Parts: sequence; C-alpha cells; structure tokens
Amino acid sequence: MLFKNVAELVELAEKEGVKTAEIMIRQEIEVTGLSREDIIAKMDRNLTVMEQAVERGLNGVTSVSGLTGGDAVLLQKYIKSGKALSGHTLLDAVSKAVATNEVNAAMGTICATPTAGSAGVVPGTLFAVKEVLNPTRMEMIEYLFTSAAFGFVVANNASISGAAGGCQAEVGSASGMAAASIVEMAGGSPKQAAEAMAITLKNMLGLVCDPVAGLVEVPCVKRNAMGASNAMTAADMALAGITSRIPCDEVIGAMFLIGQSMPSALRETAEGGLAATPTGKRLEAEIFGKKQ
Amino acid sequence: MKYRSAFDIIGPVMIGPSSSHTAGAARIGRVARTLFARQPKKAEILLYGSFAKTYKGHGTDVAIVGGILDFDTFDERIPTSLQLAEEAGMEVTFSVEEAVPEHPNTVRIKLSDDEKDLELVGISIGGGTIEITELNSFQLKLSGEHPAILVVHNDQFGVISSVTHILAQHEINIGHMEVSRKEKGKMALMVIEVDQKIAQDLIEDIEKLHHVTQVIRMVE
Repeated sequence: MLFKNVAELVELAEKEGVKTAEIMIRQEIEVTGLSREDIIAKMDRNLTVMEQAVERGLNGVTSVSGLTGGDAVLLQKYIKSGKALSGHTLLDAVSKAVATNEVNAAMGTICATPTAGSAGVVPGTLFAVKEVLNPTRMEMIEYLFTSAAFGFVVANNASISGAAGGCQAEVGSASGMAAASIVEMAGGSPKQAAEAMAITLKNMLGLVCDPVAGLVEVPCVKRNAMGASNAMTAADMALAGITSRIPCDEVIGAMFLIGQSMPSALRETAEGGLAATPTGKRLEAEIFGKKQ
Repeated sequence: MKYRSAFDIIGPVMIGPSSSHTAGAARIGRVARTLFARQPKKAEILLYGSFAKTYKGHGTDVAIVGGILDFDTFDERIPTSLQLAEEAGMEVTFSVEEAVPEHPNTVRIKLSDDEKDLELVGISIGGGTIEITELNSFQLKLSGEHPAILVVHNDQFGVISSVTHILAQHEINIGHMEVSRKEKGKMALMVIEVDQKIAQDLIEDIEKLHHVTQVIRMVE
C-alpha cells in the first residue's frame, strides 16, 4: 500500500507533484497487477454507468414501493424557471444526485460510490461541476480516482457501511469524497482536497441511518441531495483557502468512534429515527402488509 | 486492510436499490449457480433475518434468482428474473424463516435437478461483499478480507500439495487454509486465503490438476 491515511496520501501526491487521483491509480496498479490502461478503462465504464443513471433519473422514474421518484425532474424544472435562490451549479448537483438515487430505488443500474444508498453524491457533483469546468474525459475519470483515494482511507480506517457506522459512513463518506474530487478537478492542491474532505465530514458526523421500512429510499434520496450540496459548499470553502482546524484523519477517527457508540436502532435496522415515526411505521405497514 | 481496490469504493456497477440486499444477494445466487455448474431445475430459497423481513422491497428475491440464472449484479434482467426463471423451466420457491441467524442478511439456497443437488448458505456483509458460510453442510470460514479460492476435489493423496505448489509457482503466499471432507475418499474442499491478487491463469492451472473438479473465486 502506498498510503494508509489522508496525511500520507497528500504528502505523497505533493512530493511527486501529482494529483491524489494519480496516487490512487499507481496503488491500484501495484495491488491488482493490472495495467494502467485496463484500470482506466474499468473506471471509464463506471463513469458511463453514472452518466446513464443521471440521464435516466432526469427523465423521471418511480420506485417499486412508490415512495420515491420524480423529484429530480421537479428540481430541474425549477432551476429552468430562473426562480432558484441558491446557485445553478449547486442545485444542478443536487438534482443529479437525486436522479441517481431515484434510479437506484427504481432498481435501475447504478455504480455504488461507495454504496448504493449513497451512490448519488459523487456523480451528482461531477456532472454539475462538469458544466462549469469543461473537463476532458480523462479528468472526469480522475475525479472518480480522487474519490476512490479518499474513500479508501475512510473505508479502511472507519467505515462505509450504514449498518456499522450510520449514514455518516455512507452519505458522509460519499460527500467527503466528492468534496475532495471537486477541489482537485478545479485545480486545487491535494492539501486543499483534504481540507474540503475534513470540512464536509465534520458536518456529517453523527448522521444516523434510519431508513423507513428498511428501504433505500426515505430519507436516503434526500440525504444524497444534502450530501451533494454539503460537498459543493465545502469544496468552495477549501478553494477559498479555508482550512479545517481538526486534520482530516482525526475527523475520520472521530467518525469511526461516533459510529461505534451509535445505538443499533440507528444503524440500518429500521427501528429508530425516521423509521420509527408514526408515518414511517404506517408506510412500512402499507408496503409490507401487517407485521407478524 | 479490509478494502484493497479503488473499485471497492467506486463500484460495483449494480441494479439498485441496495448493495447488501440486492447486489450481494445476486452474488450469492450466482456463486450457487457457479458451484452447481449448470441451470438447476429447482431452486429452493430460504430467507433469514433482514433478508426475510425486507426482501420484497429490496428485490432480494429477484436478485437471488437472477444470480441463479447466472446474471451479474448489473444485469438489467434481474427485475424480471422470476418470470425468466419460469420461462426457462426452473421451479422457484421462497420461504421466510423465523430462526434468528448469526448475520442479519442470510440466505440458504438449495439447487437440484434429476442428477444432483447442492445446498449453500451465504451472507451479505455490506457494500456488495458476500461470504459463503456453508456448502453441502461443510462449514466454510472466510474472512472476506483477502482474495480467496475454493477448490472442490476428490479426497486423494497429493492433491493439496499440487495446489499449493501451483500457488508457490505463481509467487502467491497463503494466509489461511482449510481442508475438509465428508467421507474418506469422496468429495473434499480446500478454502485458501492468499495475500496477492489471484490471476485467471492460476485458476486455470489448478483446474487442470488431476482430481480437481472445480475452482471458484470466493473473494476477489
């Protein structure tokens, strides 16, 4: 392994004068023994899947349960009305994150980033930022490798599973990964990417996993919306030169400990939080029939 | 390090909605199919824990059947797999079990046709990663943290050393290994966890060995 934590990742990228994306590619070559071309081609295919999922979601889908779908369409219409209060790029990212998760809930094809439940944030932000930065295809692939590098650290040092660490581990991780990727694509330094990840994750700490009826729909789709906007905001803050007082690796460490102390009712068991609200319970009964 | 590759984080490509309840379920079904080595006539699926509670909403049922039809996690035929199974003449039955399993996402799959049958227990541990914990009443222990292969072979002398010799030739180090059999001289199993990525040509080399019936990649 070339790096085990964010500090090592940043140090290596800066020493070599390359993006963290490049360090991730080099590590992948080392670990898998595959050629650079094969690894890039594989990520290119994942990128295509993300592109198609966003497109499909923006055309409107409905989930099997009927709980989610159509919000991406509503948001795009609202953006086009010119009445939106927050910026165009921010809302575009939100709508594309929602689009992806609506497709996921509708049993469409998506690429888990890092999980299916949090699959909207990375592509949502990517395809919104793309409109502004006009990246090459290779730069878009690098965006995903940057996300992979930062997500790799979280996965190995904390968790990317809602059952283990709550939603902070899923949408939180995805948002931190996306923030780092936005910064690198916009020309920020590896250090700034790490700051963006730290700022994002700090604002996701403690987020519980409480899906209604245990389905990856409510509140998952809208958590992806907030995750995308959180990532965009943190990326802009880092690019403005703002730093996190708590280093990124320590934020990840805090996230791990918070996940450990989270009660099981709030870790993907559909027993607490929004799942346990009167409406959450009613929806569950409607979807699965009477409980035994 | 639990996660080794960039594609553990950006991936897998899959049919939604859940990496554990859909993609993982499809992968367990597909392992069963691969081990059975052909399309079965009958598939009996027993669901436990969270799988039993939420399988309909998550498409766990269609994902498992899709896997048994040899579909990958991203195959768009997964949502219609029950119908496709019927068209293919495969009888599918589901049962929801009351027993509390060790892991919340557990399924037992029984496949059969006129000539043979197979029974397997799989668990889906998150992010689409799975473990097979039981095969034809053999208990399997795989951490899932390292690449692993399963070798089905005849219980004959020399088979184990032939397999480890091939691993050595490919400069693959064994981290953990288990051998088991039901009856002396009959079907036996080797579960081998290694430190390095397992290349396809290595699998093919082992498959060519005398007395080896099947080699399955359990963990990438």
